[in-house]
Amino acid sequence: MSPLLSWALAFALGCLALGMMLALARMILGPRAEDRVLAFDCLYLNVMLVILALGLNYRSSSYFEAALLIALFGFVGSTAMSKFLLRGEIIE
Amino acid sequence: MRRLIPSPVLSVALLLLWILLMQSVSAGTLVLGAALALFWPAVTARLRPAPVRMRKPFVMARLFCRVVLEMLRSNAQVAWAILTQRSSDIRSGFVLIPLELRDPNGLAVLAMIVTLTPGTAWAQLSADHRVLLLHVLAIQSEAELIALIKQRYERPLKEIFE
Amino acid sequence: MSGWVHLWVDALTAGLVVVGALAALLGSFGLLRLKSFFQRVHAPTLGATLGTWSFTLAAAVQISFERGQLYLHTLLIAVFIALTVPITTIFLMRAAVFRGRMRGEEVPVPGADELPRG
Repeated sequence: MSPLLSWALAFALGCLALGMMLALARMILGPRAEDRVLAFDCLYLNVMLVILALGLNYRSSSYFEAALLIALFGFVGSTAMSKFLLRGEIIE
Repeated sequence: MRRLIPSPVLSVALLLLWILLMQSVSAGTLVLGAALALFWPAVTARLRPAPVRMRKPFVMARLFCRVVLEMLRSNAQVAWAILTQRSSDIRSGFVLIPLELRDPNGLAVLAMIVTLTPGTAWAQLSADHRVLLLHVLAIQSEAELIALIKQRYERPLKEIFE
Repeated sequence: MSGWVHLWVDALTAGLVVVGALAALLGSFGLLRLKSFFQRVHAPTLGATLGTWSFTLAAAVQISFERGQLYLHTLLIAVFIALTVPITTIFLMRAAVFRGRMRGEEVPVPGADELPRG
């Protein structure tokens, strides 16, 4: 692997780690439940991108399978929580 | 034939998905994928509200290109707005858009396009499917936006699905 | 000859990765920076479209080139994300609109004759 690509991947991992921290901050700050679910979704997306970057770094396709699974689990999780916000605590 | 393959588009998509997931085109993969592609649409036929009828592949290709271009453009716009403008200076708000598209599958595609484009988000469709509530991050002109959405997305979708 | 091609492929991959990472970072930054929920909803879409497509394209290009055969598996991730993110966002928007109305905020109702639904 050329140094160009490894530097780009290191930069990308740094950006994504920072992005995860920002999303985490929004998840803690809230202020509403919707904001937290949105931040959770964003966090999941960033984690998936981190795993893709790691897969590119180590040239291993198992990472790509893991990224696919993470994407699907994130979808199920945040959809379930949004559905709960829509129905769960106000009218039932 | 109709009973065996209720929705050919879905069957082809499932077969392609299976081949991509398995990363091989060996005989075993193809047989399993074909079985899946035949079995799954037939089992889930009742879950789909209306049969999908798509026509005019040329219009579809043009719509796809337009969506990709539009997505790149609005990505840049939203990124610029986030970087340079103060949150209180961004004029965002809800816009009501009258719709003529009636096909539920077409409406679903419109919802995905509009929501995937940064800067616009689908909020609610009225119960009679005639009016759409859309949230827009930066409104320049309401009438212009309505005309854009109707001309860019709704008209091709009407041609494809109706 | 092949050294040059390799360098160009690496440069393309590196460019795509950097663009994708910046898009994802900007999305998260907007999530923290914007003031109201309805503004914030637009920010993570940046990472979900530009970010995901850049990363998956980069992986597809790089791995295809190195193995000498077409590798499209990662593009599947982008397709899944493109199919699933709008569903989550629409659910969240509906929940936010509904809860906002319950709280007494002014959110227009499409079709004034609509029955109140959950």
